[in-house]
Amino acid sequence: MIEARLLSKRFQDKKRGEIRAVDGVSFTCRPGQIYGLLGANGAGKTTTLRMLATILEPTDGTAVICGYDVVEHPEKVRANVGFLSTATALYPRLTAQEMVEYFGRLNGLDEGTLKKRISDIFERLNMNEFRDRRCDKLSTGQKQKTSIARTLVHDPPVMIFDEPTTGLDVMTARTIISFIADCRERGKTVIFSTHIMSEVERLCDHIGIIHDGKLLAEGTVSELRAKYAEHNLEEIIVKVVGPRYANSEVLVS
Amino acid sequence: MSLHAVGVVYRKELTEWLRDRRTLISTVVVPLVAFPILISGMISLSSVLIKGAKKEVPKVMIIGGDDSPGVVAALRANKELEIVPYAESWKDQITNKEIRAAVEIPAGFEASLEKGTAETVKIDFYEGEIKSSFGAEHVENSLKSYRDDLVKKRLEAKNLSPSMISPFDIKQENVAPPEKVGGASFGSFIGYMVIILSMTGAMYPAIDLTAGEKERGTMETILSSPISRLDLVLGKFLLIFSASLTTAILSVTSMGLSFAYMGASLKNDAGQPLNMHLGFTSIVAVFLMALPLAVLFAAALMTIALFAKTYKEAQSYLTPMTFVVVIPAVASVLPGVELNSKLALVPILNTSLICKEIITGTYHWSSIAVIFASTCVYAAAAIFIAVKTFQRESVLFRS
Repeated sequence: MIEARLLSKRFQDKKRGEIRAVDGVSFTCRPGQIYGLLGANGAGKTTTLRMLATILEPTDGTAVICGYDVVEHPEKVRANVGFLSTATALYPRLTAQEMVEYFGRLNGLDEGTLKKRISDIFERLNMNEFRDRRCDKLSTGQKQKTSIARTLVHDPPVMIFDEPTTGLDVMTARTIISFIADCRERGKTVIFSTHIMSEVERLCDHIGIIHDGKLLAEGTVSELRAKYAEHNLEEIIVKVVGPRYANSEVLVS
Repeated sequence: MSLHAVGVVYRKELTEWLRDRRTLISTVVVPLVAFPILISGMISLSSVLIKGAKKEVPKVMIIGGDDSPGVVAALRANKELEIVPYAESWKDQITNKEIRAAVEIPAGFEASLEKGTAETVKIDFYEGEIKSSFGAEHVENSLKSYRDDLVKKRLEAKNLSPSMISPFDIKQENVAPPEKVGGASFGSFIGYMVIILSMTGAMYPAIDLTAGEKERGTMETILSSPISRLDLVLGKFLLIFSASLTTAILSVTSMGLSFAYMGASLKNDAGQPLNMHLGFTSIVAVFLMALPLAVLFAAALMTIALFAKTYKEAQSYLTPMTFVVVIPAVASVLPGVELNSKLALVPILNTSLICKEIITGTYHWSSIAVIFASTCVYAAAAIFIAVKTFQRESVLFRS
């Protein structure tokens, strides 16, 4: 379970002064559901997800994940979260297995549990062929599988994905999408951000549209379709964000 | 803080570090292969050059001396000199290395000698040019020999014994233990090298584990794990510290062995092998004194490199740091710079100065305590700053 409560993040910029990257965002994601966070580049999606993953600390407000407050117990929150983004790379000089083992140990797994968990995950993701290959020698698809294994090793109840398919080829992206769907099947709480509307339609139970750090609209896909009298998700986003967006032509990349 | 978590980070960083070819080159190959080759190469080369210069029969020009055939004959009789005919351009010839030296015999030199008047014979040479110096030395030896003969003849003429002007002999003999002799010769150099190498050994891993991690995109990965930032920074710091010590230990051991080997094959002026041995206890003591300094370097370099977004940017930040370390280390090697109560508190310089004393077997325990304690305080402060910096989002996610 994820509960964001008036989550805010301000940055100081030398030229632009104070920037409100996220401004009082509140939402709830429940176990067995996928929450899609949508918005243009710079809308505040990544900052929100980084705060949920406790990589960044909120300036105001908070979030509670699996009963732990992100400000008060960041380490306990991280132990319950698997975080995957295009920015979460692998250590080039470790093998795929060493990479996953490292994160298992950081999550406090004992050697017996770790061995069994790795054996299961590597079997499920079909990774045994390249388990002893160094990460810098892996193909993009193999790297993504290793990243997925890294997020799964401690079997977290909450999964956070920040634009996980950006820049990936179709086949690799499909692996990620199936994995996200699989997380829901396993009863995990999933939140993810993306620009790809087909992924949203296929995966998301709930959607939040964010712009300028504010959550402007929220609901299930069908609720939003009814509210904005539009079937196309892209058009819904334009209707929600458009009046506030300086250049609507580049709204959705 | 969790020692287990620090250990997990350290083991992982060590694995990656050992697999990095750049590490292998900078930490193992350079100290164990390049240093001995460089040192033995330099010593052998200088030895060959000196031998070659000594073998050469220098061309020497005599200026004047037409009325002093005796001294001219003595110079010509010397087989180690080749006397060339006089030319107006003798100064240019010395400068252009056509001749090695010139000897100016004043007019009426021998007549003055007969009268018992002291005269000065001038030897002209090219200062700093080794072959010219040897040429001048040969001329001087020849003139000294001529002067000694003259003195002997004068004494004989007056029926006096040669011991009249040389009533006793003087001989120098070393009584200091061999390691102290070696320490006095190379002590400051060893301390200087330990300090410089502790710094350079820490530099590459400090960049790789901070800016390198940001550049490769693994910083966000590790920050999403449940490890506390304190444990993470301590694990990284320990690896940088280990790299610093390994580089210094391998380099100094390698240099010590090279010096000892080369020293045995080189001779001093008395024909004795050069003493380049250093005491084992002194070397260990130097490393103990350098330990807190290595901690200071590891923490300081890691903190600075953390501000950079890329490997290259970190390199540009840390390169000037080399001067910050080299200048006090060099200052300690300069003659006349002695340890005092104020300098004992100046980081780097204090350790460098105390190492110079320790290596010669001198242990001033109060100074050692002050320097060790003050460097430990600086090192602890550096670790504290590193931990705090690692918790600053503006540094970790600088855009």
